[in-house]
Amino acid sequence: MSTDVTYEPVIGLEIHVQLKTRTKMFCGCELTFGEPPNTRTCEVCLGLPGALPVANAEAIHFGLLIGLALGCELAPRSIFHRKNYFYPDLPKGYQISQYDEPLCRGGALGDVRIHRVHLEDDAAKLVHAGSSGRIHGSAQSVVDFNRGGTPLAEIVTEPDLRSAEACGEWLRLLRTTLRQLGVSDVNMEEGSLRCDANVSIRPVGQRELGTKTELKNMNSFRFLEKGIRAEIARQEALLRGGEQVVQETLHFDPRSEALTPLRSKEEAHDYRYFPEPDLTPVTISEEMLERARAALPELPAARAERFERDLGLSPDSARLLAWRAELGDYFETALATNGVDPQPLANWVTELVARIEVEDPAESRVEPVALATLVGMVTGRQVTQGAAKQVLDQLVAEGGDPQAIVADRGLGAIAGGDTLEPIVQAALDANPDVAEKLKGGNMKPIGVIVGFVMKQTNGRADGGEVTRIVRQKLGL
Amino acid sequence: MIDRQQVLHVARLARLELSEPEVERMTGELSSILDHIEKISGLELEGVPETTHVIEVENALRPDEPRPSLPRDAVLADAPAVADDGFSVPSPTA
Amino acid sequence: MTDVVALTAAQAARAVEAGDLDARELFEAYRARAAAEDLNAFLWVADEAPADGDGSAPLAGVPLGVKDLFCTEGVPSQAGSKILEGYRPPYTATVVRKLHEAGAPLLGKTNQDEFAMGSSNENSAYGPVLNPWDRGRVPGGSSGGSAAAVAAGLAPWALGTDTGGSIRQPAALCGIVGLKPTYGTCSRFGMIAFASSLDQAGPLTRDVTDAALLYRHMVGRDERDSTSVAHPEEIRLPQAERLDGVRLGVPEELTGEGVEPGVLERFEETLETAKGLGATVERVPLPHADYGLSAYYVLAPAEASSNLARFDGVRYGLRVGADDLLSMYTRTRHDGFGAEVKRRILIGTYALSSGYYDAYYGRAQRVRTKIADDLRAAFERVDFIVTPTSPNVAFELESKTADPLAMYLNDYFTVPFSLAGIPGISIPCGLSEELPVGFQLAGPAFSENRILDAAYALEQAIGFDNSPARA
Ligand SMILES: [Mg+2]
Ligand SMILES: [Zn+2]
Repeated sequence: MSTDVTYEPVIGLEIHVQLKTRTKMFCGCELTFGEPPNTRTCEVCLGLPGALPVANAEAIHFGLLIGLALGCELAPRSIFHRKNYFYPDLPKGYQISQYDEPLCRGGALGDVRIHRVHLEDDAAKLVHAGSSGRIHGSAQSVVDFNRGGTPLAEIVTEPDLRSAEACGEWLRLLRTTLRQLGVSDVNMEEGSLRCDANVSIRPVGQRELGTKTELKNMNSFRFLEKGIRAEIARQEALLRGGEQVVQETLHFDPRSEALTPLRSKEEAHDYRYFPEPDLTPVTISEEMLERARAALPELPAARAERFERDLGLSPDSARLLAWRAELGDYFETALATNGVDPQPLANWVTELVARIEVEDPAESRVEPVALATLVGMVTGRQVTQGAAKQVLDQLVAEGGDPQAIVADRGLGAIAGGDTLEPIVQAALDANPDVAEKLKGGNMKPIGVIVGFVMKQTNGRADGGEVTRIVRQKLGL
Repeated sequence: MIDRQQVLHVARLARLELSEPEVERMTGELSSILDHIEKISGLELEGVPETTHVIEVENALRPDEPRPSLPRDAVLADAPAVADDGFSVPSPTA
Repeated sequence: MTDVVALTAAQAARAVEAGDLDARELFEAYRARAAAEDLNAFLWVADEAPADGDGSAPLAGVPLGVKDLFCTEGVPSQAGSKILEGYRPPYTATVVRKLHEAGAPLLGKTNQDEFAMGSSNENSAYGPVLNPWDRGRVPGGSSGGSAAAVAAGLAPWALGTDTGGSIRQPAALCGIVGLKPTYGTCSRFGMIAFASSLDQAGPLTRDVTDAALLYRHMVGRDERDSTSVAHPEEIRLPQAERLDGVRLGVPEELTGEGVEPGVLERFEETLETAKGLGATVERVPLPHADYGLSAYYVLAPAEASSNLARFDGVRYGLRVGADDLLSMYTRTRHDGFGAEVKRRILIGTYALSSGYYDAYYGRAQRVRTKIADDLRAAFERVDFIVTPTSPNVAFELESKTADPLAMYLNDYFTVPFSLAGIPGISIPCGLSEELPVGFQLAGPAFSENRILDAAYALEQAIGFDNSPARA
């Protein structure tokens, strides 16, 4: 009620990741995409009478990789349970999941603690049918079991996130980590990375948590952040209005930005978990652990630290390059070509990223060598920042060698005062009022002079040099 | 032991329609069966582990190698209703 | 060849190997009998011998009756349920495939209690099976069709499944041999599940030798069944004639209370016969055996309630049309399942539902542990535990359908061993009121060879005549 209270969001994430094994979690059907409906199914993933599941060893291996990467405690023995409910995309009438004995417990990624990681099988695809699927007027849906049975890792965090932005940033870190591990395509749009959020708010300083709501399946980073922001606002409005937050599951509609309660799968949520009698316990042998440890690559957090420590990158640059692995890789390839300074190179990678459509600069026309050479020319004052940006534009458009481009287009920096002096003079003559102001000690309008010179030299002049000459000419 | 409300709740969970006479009959029969089952509630079982598998087999895992899937015709052959090469059902959200 | 049907499966196999009998002639003889039978033992009968049937394989083309719940590609596999009426699976159960490869072609699919839930075969959606010893009586269940078919000479041998007694009890009531193997020694892949942690396939045969011969070709670890295990021993054909040094244990808790007098008499006579063969008999305590039935009627229905959730009218089997999904589910399952199946689905769902798990499922799993411990202790002192297979002989049709609990008591002696996953065999040990009585021997896990030897020695000494049922 009192408007002076400030609220603090408390957010935990539940992430489902489709593992990119060759075959499904409990049968030998191949995981392929865009296949015609129901062409990648068998007695097991269709839940035919008498069929039995057998767990995919590679999925367990991927689970261990994730556990190690997130610093989890790996259960020496874990078992599968049946989670019972009816839904057309659930062929057996139960999902095979892990319950009180998951594969991984605890751990952390960045400053967010991990609660648990467990394995389960994915549901099938339920598509609303067109008119063809209409039977005596009632709305019909059609089930395609190709996706059903895909191995999933469910990653549950502790409620350690405090803003929508933090959620987006952390999820990006997780995505990079999983991509580095090679366990998933982690693509939100394609559904190989799905995120639910448990959101509550509480007055700053209060220890106990407020009532939480669950936001389901926001299928892009943008929607995730939008959705959480909207929900935080909704809850705050409720509390300020003296109302209560009800515990419920909400669906975020990105177009209307509205949050609507989701029709629950089973009105009475009673999943009747019990140990899956068709599967035997999974025990982690030393060999399995060794194999997982050996397969562990350098992970984003460690890489960022190395960039700061060994290359002296600023924390922000280090994070940007490490948390988006493709940028880090491009950066390191470029760095390897010749003795170019890391920090300027890092800045120019950012410049490049701003100019390309593709996520990965390696897929652009700009060769890492080319960027490294360009950065070398800038730091060696052979081209100005301005000219270098023109060169970069051309590299992005056509590729090629920066030196050649600079030569062809005569973009080399004009350093010598004698070359610049007359142009500066012309600039002052053309702008007497500006010259007056400058004389008067008001240096603000110097941009006009610099701009004039730049125009004349199409960006090849060194801004610092121009200013020096102006001061000298006006006797300042 | 079990009343009609509980029977109806459980039937709902099990997605089982029961006619009125069935509800009557089941309530009586289930109660007597559950009474018999009650026997085990008298036992002292503190600290006794639960047996989930009588013969301990561990890590009966499958190598990640593809097996042929079933031809779609065979898959849809027994389907009660087919549309767009899939299994047609009344929409859950309808 | 004179009366083919008088031969046991092993004898018939030998005759085929010796060239005295043509495998097709053998198949046709049984096919004709199965097609003409009036016990309702078969739900489907092959219309000709399989082209690839070969007399040189170990089982020499001796045809096999298969319980309806085993999936057989392209052949109706309905588990005795209306919800699977006419269902023809696209694949074949592992044990059926193995036996086919060993030379035992599919003769037909046998009737059973719906989803193997029952002890009288009166729970089949396709009508009850009649007991060939007395057509007014039940054959037992749930593998009643297989038991009646073998007893009546409609099949040389047959496959059944045993969850709480479904092979041993009908074998006893039909005067034949039924072996419930160690859990996991035969693959469950393709067996339509009742209670996954208990279900086990096994042979129903005319004598112990046939049981050993069929079981020998059923065992083996199956990569498609995580819970299957390789049998540590090669299964031998039995030949023991005596029981010298064999220690038989009779549960102290077996007081004879609730057991028909005639059944108890045959049981005690058989103990005397065993002593005569050199066995010793002593009483052993099984303090938790008496709780077996209670634990069983929590565990089996709980697993069943989940196993039967897949029968939802979406992908196969019966669908009762409806405009909305919920009614499609509830009506399909209402019309598709019989009363006993509904009963068990409800008990099982209740036992697993929130707030009740610990009191029921959790406790039952602990009782299961105690029973296994009791048995382990008992097998320190004796080689086998022996009991009557069933407290009663075959009862009259419809005499127990009104009282589910009374029906459940049929499994009193078989259930404890099922809960422990250990093997048990039932052999005929005489008649009471002109009806067969079964004698059960149970041993430690993987002791099938020893059980079969002991059962064989007793069988020879008892000399039970099962021919009346084939008349
Ligand atoms: Mg999940
Ligand atoms: Zn499959």
